[in-house]
Amino acid sequence: MSNDSGLSRRHFLIGATTVTAAAGAVATAVPFVVSFNPSARARALGAAVTVDISNIESGAYIRVLWRGRAIYIVHRSPEMLERLETGNNDLRDPDSAESEQPQFAQNEFRSLRPELLVVEGVCTHLGCVPLSRFEVAPADLGPDWVGGFFCPCHGSMFDLSGRVFAGVPAPTNLTVPPYTFIDNDTVMIGSESGNV
Amino acid sequence: MATRQSDVVQRMGRNFDSLVGWIDARFPMTKLIREHATEYYASKNFNVWYGFGVLATVVLVMQIVTGIFLTMNYKPAAEEAFASVEYIMRDVEWGWLLRYLHSTGASAFFIVVYLHMFRGLMYGSYKKPRELVWLIGMAIYLCLMAEAFFGYLLPWGNMSYWGAQVIVSLFGAIPWIGEGLAEWIRGDFYISDITLNRFFAFHVIAVPLMLVLLVVVHIMALHEVGSNNPDGIEIKEHKDENGKPIDGVAFHPYHTSKDLVIILVFFIIFAAVVFFAPEMGGYFLEHANFEPADPLVTPEHIAPVWYFTPFYSILKAVPNELLGVILMGTSVMLPIFLPWLDRCRVKSIRYRSNVYKFALFCFAVSFIVLGYVGLQPPTPQYALIARIFSAVYFAFFLLMPFYTKDEKTKPVPTRVTK
Repeated sequence: MSNDSGLSRRHFLIGATTVTAAAGAVATAVPFVVSFNPSARARALGAAVTVDISNIESGAYIRVLWRGRAIYIVHRSPEMLERLETGNNDLRDPDSAESEQPQFAQNEFRSLRPELLVVEGVCTHLGCVPLSRFEVAPADLGPDWVGGFFCPCHGSMFDLSGRVFAGVPAPTNLTVPPYTFIDNDTVMIGSESGNV
Repeated sequence: MATRQSDVVQRMGRNFDSLVGWIDARFPMTKLIREHATEYYASKNFNVWYGFGVLATVVLVMQIVTGIFLTMNYKPAAEEAFASVEYIMRDVEWGWLLRYLHSTGASAFFIVVYLHMFRGLMYGSYKKPRELVWLIGMAIYLCLMAEAFFGYLLPWGNMSYWGAQVIVSLFGAIPWIGEGLAEWIRGDFYISDITLNRFFAFHVIAVPLMLVLLVVVHIMALHEVGSNNPDGIEIKEHKDENGKPIDGVAFHPYHTSKDLVIILVFFIIFAAVVFFAPEMGGYFLEHANFEPADPLVTPEHIAPVWYFTPFYSILKAVPNELLGVILMGTSVMLPIFLPWLDRCRVKSIRYRSNVYKFALFCFAVSFIVLGYVGLQPPTPQYALIARIFSAVYFAFFLLMPFYTKDEKTKPVPTRVTK
């Protein structure tokens, strides 16, 4: 009898020790795992940036850095906007239903102001910077090319609103970052409210 | 005088023996040497394919030694990394040699390991009773891939940067948790100083420790079951009156003396590359990596270093991102299952059917073609070729249970042949 109870007591002790040790191991792992998150400094450096857009001519673009990403700011000309409406039949997500953008940019121009496109130069496939290929029908991209973004890494193609064409590796349209206009000539990227 | 000299020698011999005895009473030194060298019996009919295991170990040691010396001058910070590599190349005495030994060594490591693995495929070295040897070997291979990936970021060239960007983004393709996971790996919203610093830690401490440990375990498991041979038969089944395999010879001195020749030949070729073609026309050190990392400019054409391109081709071949990532991951993992996919009991290709020989040939061709296509710019033609040979690659593994089930094999000899 004493033998029996001794054995079950030992089983209980082993079980209790194992459970406690496992819980302790998980709890101890937390600081190590969490230390991998972006640090306070990294998050502070990732705050919103303001950009002067008064000097971008029609049809031209500038690129700025936000969170280490290239942000394209394109001043689309009236012809470019026209091509957006007519030229693109084979888009994968023409209404940006599955793509990432602020609510205000889920329209055919994917922007607050139709002529001004603000879009992340980060291919939604694997993060390369798509090249700006705004010319129509260049030799290397073929006669059907109506201007847009071309990713040199795996050949993904996007139109002048950053909408992805069908049949390329990128799954969704280029992401539109949160942004807002501080005044007529200044855009703040990284914030929808104007507050950093 | 003569007697006195021999007295001295004898006394020294006795002293040495007593020193060995002193150690042996406290640490199994002689026992280990016997078990793993002087009384470890391996088949006498080894061919040159059996030299790549030793070569892999030699290259590992070389990478560790050159790596330690590189860390003495390298700075793992985004502001300084690129310049510190240039400093090693130009200002540190013989620094260029240390760096080229290490960078060429990375490619050499993969060449040697791929040949070592192909040897396993030819002679059925993954089959019972060597399944664990194979599994540990695959773990080594995965660690080696991680080691190469982390190491490639360290020079902080533009290809370093964008290669890391692309590979880390692969994790971002995982639904729901992907973006957070990629951020967690980078420790930032992009590949930054923080990322470089932690990749450095992985490259010089975490992964090498794992590698060395796994290599020791790999060799221990191998020496437990005994080495395979080109005939794929168990030499332990025929022992002499002393219990030693008749077809085996002691690893030391018989195999070590042959291995020394192989190591020498390897280093002659290796030195030729290090001294005359360390960049290997952009295949070992990519041209875009001679410019510092620039988050605004993707290199015209991103391709990983050649040893990753077969799998990278599979990723590029799939028009759906998530599926591409899954298939690429699967293609790396598939060899793990070989011991159970292959249902033929005959090990060596010498006695296996023409069906298997053909399958293995197709696999080798698909691996090389995928590797080549992975280095090329993305065009529809190459995408088509990549798709065809991806299918061949997967068919080799996935159809294996069927085409190996009832193989017409040749009779296997009971004793090793030449």
